[in-house]
Amino acid sequence: MNQSEIHATKKFAAQIRLETVREVGTRGFGHIGGSLSVVDALAVLYGGVMRIDPKNPDWPERDKLVMSKGHAGPALYATLALKGYFPVEMLKTLNQPYTRLPSHCDRKLTPGVDMTTGSLGQGASTAIGLALAQKMDEKGARTYLFTGDGECNEGQVWEAALFAPQHGLDNLTWIVDYNHKQLDGTTEEVLDMGDIGAKFAAFGWHVQTVDGSNVEQFEAALNAASAETRSPSCIVMNTVKGAGVPLIEEIELNHHIVLEGEMLQKSIAHLEKVLAELERGAA
Amino acid sequence: MVIYDGGMNEELYKSLFGRVIEAICAEDKDVVYLDCDLMNSFGTHGFWKKNKKQAINCGIQEANMMGVAAGLSAGGKKPYVHTFGPFASRRCYDQAFLSVAYAGNSVRVVGSDPGVTAAYNGGTHMPFEDMALIRAVPGSTVIDITDAAMFESLLRQVKDRQGLTYIRTTRKNYPAVYSADHNFTIGKGEVLRGGKDITIIACGLMVGESMKAAELLQQQGVDARVVDMYTVKPLDAALVEQCARETGAILTAENHNVIGGLGDAVGAALLESGVPCKMHKHGVNDQFGSVGSQGDLQEHYGLTAEKVAEAARALLKR
Repeated sequence: MNQSEIHATKKFAAQIRLETVREVGTRGFGHIGGSLSVVDALAVLYGGVMRIDPKNPDWPERDKLVMSKGHAGPALYATLALKGYFPVEMLKTLNQPYTRLPSHCDRKLTPGVDMTTGSLGQGASTAIGLALAQKMDEKGARTYLFTGDGECNEGQVWEAALFAPQHGLDNLTWIVDYNHKQLDGTTEEVLDMGDIGAKFAAFGWHVQTVDGSNVEQFEAALNAASAETRSPSCIVMNTVKGAGVPLIEEIELNHHIVLEGEMLQKSIAHLEKVLAELERGAA
Repeated sequence: MVIYDGGMNEELYKSLFGRVIEAICAEDKDVVYLDCDLMNSFGTHGFWKKNKKQAINCGIQEANMMGVAAGLSAGGKKPYVHTFGPFASRRCYDQAFLSVAYAGNSVRVVGSDPGVTAAYNGGTHMPFEDMALIRAVPGSTVIDITDAAMFESLLRQVKDRQGLTYIRTTRKNYPAVYSADHNFTIGKGEVLRGGKDITIIACGLMVGESMKAAELLQQQGVDARVVDMYTVKPLDAALVEQCARETGAILTAENHNVIGGLGDAVGAALLESGVPCKMHKHGVNDQFGSVGSQGDLQEHYGLTAEKVAEAARALLKR
């Protein structure tokens, strides 16, 4: 990534954050904490790493992304809207009657959503199925999988972690959003996942650990993952739940919160300021 | 054509499955067969050794297998999965429900050893609830296999079927009922034997027992019709209504709990038809499975021709 690309990615991330907060704000509540923690990663992936065509969301040879932590749907929807999969205006329909944007990701409803998720752990297995199908098709496509850290409590996650190396799925990149919080508290307090990277390494994965707010570092890790030709890759991404919005970051239990009134306005104002500063920087 | 004479199919259904799934994979390169370390028990071990691209051994992880199959479907493939019935249904129910059905994916699930056919594996392996569970999934298909001709035909037919399809079958064999060229239609029942006094609607293991029961009843002056309702969902409600009108009494017979299975499906169809008709559900009465020979277990749970005939006579006396 050169300086111009880094800047463009940061700006894209700021736009995603702003639209995500506005989107959740239209309903006044939602899974904002775990949506914001994956925004920088989504900006890097959809900003240039993934082989996709927003005008042709069902292109069979595209790279695919499974947001197994399905409650991060609002961040993914904002990303897809900004990429042109559907109008940004549609973000206002989040969780409204007959919406195409439900709390948790639904491949039947939303253009650009590759897998239905929401029951934690299940996206790990479906991502493997997608990666296997891509291997059979021999078109060089990849699958990107996001799981939460709390999600890694699920036994199915570790069934999947065993399976992928056995089947040589080097076209699968598994990103663990390690924001160290789950619904009831810190991951350490609820069910300590310890050294997640070491666990994946012990299961036969190529493992990297990155600062999830550093887009340059994350992009380099994605490239290293793609270059790995023996094993599937895991990127343990250290993040902050609520990342990029100080008012939300500082809430102890910020998995699903009320986001309205003054708090919403201040959050939007903060993000508009961040975006304006980035735009000035580019000028 | 119905060829029933009480004789058993010669080929065991596990051998049949191995032969047919290999043929289907050869004919269509998008078909993938997944199993949970039961290939050597289901006639597919040799195929797996030859073709690890289309035959995937997942190890003992049913939840992951169901999810991988769902992902393969979303990636344009046509997955078949197999494990024992209890583990193909209740062990991975949320994965079948959500990753497969809710997500709009299509997976064909073969659950072997239904009900008492689990025999010496005992109660832990003996599903009397698998059909009830899968019936409750929107858009699902539930099939209880009657004989070899049906198993082969339906395995091929479901290759391009949408949604969650559940096929339960013994790994051993049942009596031969149909000729190899018989035309099976998912959603339609088959009248195997005409009769005017009562209709016995059966599936799976209980089809052969019901045919024997009809012979016993004939000797006792009762003219029993026998229907093979191999598609438990979607149910042939029109045939249920017709049998209710024409015989005035319906007895269902299933190798499954009477809660949630064939009997409940037929009962609901009958009630909605508005046709006055006596009915009784014969099957496992809210009990768990247990261990023993299949024959002893059939006696224990009343899944025999004699008990079906007895239930028919009791219903007619009511």
